[in-house]
Amino acid sequence: MRAVPLRFAVPLLLFGGLVMFLGIGLNRDPRLVPSPLIGKPAPQFALGTLATPEVVMTREDLLGRPLLLNVWASWCAGCREEHPLLLELARAGKLHLIGLNYHDELNAGRQWLSERGDPYRHTLFDPEGKLGLDLGVYGVPETFVIDATGVIRYKHVGPLTQEVLSQQLLPLLATLQTATK
Amino acid sequence: MKTWRYFVLGMLLVVGAPPMASDTPASFGNPGHAARYDALLEQLRCMVCQNQTLKDSHADLAQDLRDEVRRLLEQGNSDVQIRDYLVARYGDFVLYSPPLKVSTWLLWLGPFVLLALALVVVLRLSRSRAPLALPLDDAERARLHAALNKSADSQP
Repeated sequence: MRAVPLRFAVPLLLFGGLVMFLGIGLNRDPRLVPSPLIGKPAPQFALGTLATPEVVMTREDLLGRPLLLNVWASWCAGCREEHPLLLELARAGKLHLIGLNYHDELNAGRQWLSERGDPYRHTLFDPEGKLGLDLGVYGVPETFVIDATGVIRYKHVGPLTQEVLSQQLLPLLATLQTATK
Repeated sequence: MKTWRYFVLGMLLVVGAPPMASDTPASFGNPGHAARYDALLEQLRCMVCQNQTLKDSHADLAQDLRDEVRRLLEQGNSDVQIRDYLVARYGDFVLYSPPLKVSTWLLWLGPFVLLALALVVVLRLSRSRAPLALPLDDAERARLHAALNKSADSQP
């Protein structure tokens, strides 16, 4: 039993392992909870829009092309942050951008869009958060990529950034768009 | 006299009702529902303030989910159905105790594996350790006797 150097290395290795795991754990964002909805069909809904609350839209109205569904509210600070990016996307005009006004008031939502600009083709009006609940929304803003057949392909929680857009959302949307053509 | 009054007041502060956010015992038609509602809320996590249960949280989302749990209860869903309903939307994270499955076996069994490893290490260490007292050889025994005799002689 003259293997002293090896034995001394054991606590050091254990400690190193511990530090590694703690390091990984501390650098992860605990708010990013994997959504169980990825790969599943988007939920059914029947909601009016901010523009015409009395005209009901359903899931079927949105099928046929991949789209970006952005969940926002006038009381949400992060939505203000990401709004310029959404406007820019809308100006580029390449993708179908749908808004979901979540837990908000009709007038507050309308005013928000008229003040800041409206990037959305349609904005679903969900004052009770019903569709939000079915989509597992827990922190606005959230953004979903939904393909032409209505399957949820990606979810981003928190304000969109240029980085997330160019590295995740846009490449995914591009492949989805070529797939549907 | 005054001191004990302050003491009683202080104790009342300590034992006062804990600040629960949920509005229980809520107006359930069926008294069995109220108990199940309470029990369910304690097992479910508020996704916004992640270290609080739905029972404790004041977040708007928690209120929504409480209303949803109540609605599902009143529609006659079982506890399992209600939990599954929320897991389908928010994932396992919404449950305070994660289910045992392939991706969580390390979480559940890890502590026992570590305990077993520690036991093995302790056993091996205690076996491999050399005995503390080695038997004396003849020369040493002779010296010991000499020393003992000498001290015995020197005693009065």
